[in-house]
Amino acid sequence: MNRITEEFNKLKTAKRGGFVPFIVAGDPDLATTKNLIVKLAEKGASVIELGVPFSDPVADGVTIQASGERALRNAISVEKILQIVDEVRREKCETPIILFSYFNPILQFGLEKFASEAAKSGVDGILITDLVPEEAGEFRRILAEKNLALIMLAAPTSSDERLRKICAQASGFVYAVSRAGVTGARNETSSAAENLVARLRKFTDLPIAVGFGISTAAQVAETWKYADAAVVGSAIVAEMMKIAANPDKVPNDFVERIGDFAGNLLPENIST
Amino acid sequence: MNNFQPDERGYWGEFGGRFVPETLMSPIEELTEAYFAVRDDANFQREFLQLLKDFSGRPTPLFHAKRLSEKFGGAQIYLKREELGHTGSHKINNAIGQILLARKMGKRRIIAETGAGQHGVATATVCALFGLECVVYMGTEDMRRQELNVFRMRLMGAEVRGVDAGAKTLKDAINEALRDWVTNVDSTYYLLGSALGPHPYPLMVRDFQSVIGKEAREQILEKNGELPTALVACVGGGSNAIGLFHPFLGDDSVRMIGVEAGGKGNNLGEHAARFNKAGGGRIGVLQGTKSYLLQNDDGQIALTHSISAGLDYASVGPEHAFLQSIGRVEYAMATDGEALEAFQLLSETEGIIPALESSHAIAHLLKLAPEMSASETIICNLSGRGDKDVSQVQEMLRENGA
Repeated sequence: MNRITEEFNKLKTAKRGGFVPFIVAGDPDLATTKNLIVKLAEKGASVIELGVPFSDPVADGVTIQASGERALRNAISVEKILQIVDEVRREKCETPIILFSYFNPILQFGLEKFASEAAKSGVDGILITDLVPEEAGEFRRILAEKNLALIMLAAPTSSDERLRKICAQASGFVYAVSRAGVTGARNETSSAAENLVARLRKFTDLPIAVGFGISTAAQVAETWKYADAAVVGSAIVAEMMKIAANPDKVPNDFVERIGDFAGNLLPENIST
Repeated sequence: MNNFQPDERGYWGEFGGRFVPETLMSPIEELTEAYFAVRDDANFQREFLQLLKDFSGRPTPLFHAKRLSEKFGGAQIYLKREELGHTGSHKINNAIGQILLARKMGKRRIIAETGAGQHGVATATVCALFGLECVVYMGTEDMRRQELNVFRMRLMGAEVRGVDAGAKTLKDAINEALRDWVTNVDSTYYLLGSALGPHPYPLMVRDFQSVIGKEAREQILEKNGELPTALVACVGGGSNAIGLFHPFLGDDSVRMIGVEAGGKGNNLGEHAARFNKAGGGRIGVLQGTKSYLLQNDDGQIALTHSISAGLDYASVGPEHAFLQSIGRVEYAMATDGEALEAFQLLSETEGIIPALESSHAIAHLLKLAPEMSASETIICNLSGRGDKDVSQVQEMLRENGA
């Protein structure tokens, strides 16, 4: 069984929601990314989303754009990111890891080669922001051969007909985009999210994670009432860029501080 | 696929498609449906042609450039005078077509990207004409080199938003326009300016620009009683070229040449010639479509360079990629220097100041025409006028000590 499915089964048995932090691989540098993955796992991440930086991130707001630009200055590549995941797995960290990418870097790496090397390194799945179900068929088959999940995005603007197509291509879990727009922290989660999750349930038994705009423990708790997991991206990335404003001068306690920040996004840790 | 139409997923061969965030798929499906409803609708087409005539001054002339032909000593050169249309470039054709569609769809807010500013000006113009809100995204580097067009847009009531990302040029402006669209899907119509982006844009823009080739075909037949030997046009995203070429695609005897920006060198980052494989052009996916891209080994999109903002783009329309792959259209390059010379040459020889974009097409004539006989003809698309470029050219000529 894929680690993602295993994790969501465990969450279901424990009757709790999943927490999915997102960071951009290579910002501030790859060694830190590796330590952060291990730390986020320790702090209770259910699945870790690792952003593959791209030169033209049309689905991202300013925070993740800026983080991606910082990562690209370190000449980050798909190959280097897979290497980091491999090192994380060697440290006995077994938290599911998915890559969050645009299509072109994966296409240039080679779809078959990606599936085979990602599986070898210990990656569990991939989400591609600009790969809609009409274009996803071939890649899904290639990934499935290596037991890798293709996580599909659903949006509030998607028609029922589209949700059906999306769910037919999806594996691992479905990522419900909470609102029309780019990534970025908001104080409130859009009410469109709950409605979208309810509509998605008609077409799939896969777990559903909600993302875009979730930035506080209260929002995570709210999301858990109707979805299986909450994704937090820009809030963590913004904190990283604040603490390491100069990526060449990363404070020694950086990983610890980001770990604490992420840990505090888990609702149960607020009261303790 | 027959008659050079894309399949229903928007593919010409392996090029095209739709690679966008899911949020945009419903609006794109809605747009596709709306467009196909008007594509064969006689009333819509009549309204479109009427506006082209009354508002933009079409048909544009096909001008026999006799002194230029003589100077090159070969083929007879005809210029399709798109620069004489309203706003000074072919961009107005597509802007008129799409604004009529946006109105039909009930959209009140129009967004657009612009490189050289010609599409931005055309969009601002049609928004003023119909009293619609207009926001134009433009790279700050392009705002600097096309200051006059920024002022023209603002004069017509458009809001010009500077984009500071990347190389601060056309590609970055498109990214920002897409982000705006994804955020404001309900209210907003994205009036994309070239034969690029997700299906149906490459098809729709080509259809609206095909008026260029339809007119040129009639005009040359009327003048000479026979088809031209060759067609030449510059290719950025590729809308003026596809507009000229498309009505001739079925005429096997007509040779077609698209001219890309050769910039200042052959290394990645020094040019914008996507079909230049030695220069880093490879098939990939950018801004909604699969086509040839300038990119590094990791699939990161490369910075591009051209003297002309309108050609300074890392990708090319998918139909061009297809026409290149089947060998129907040839693609050549003109360097910054060659374009600059052509800019001066046409000004001196015919009293026509071409846009720097169109100057790339003129530059190619210098290579092509002398090898042809005086009984052969070339139609070259003069896609825009050079008024917007004169201060930039003046500066460059001064630096060159001319």
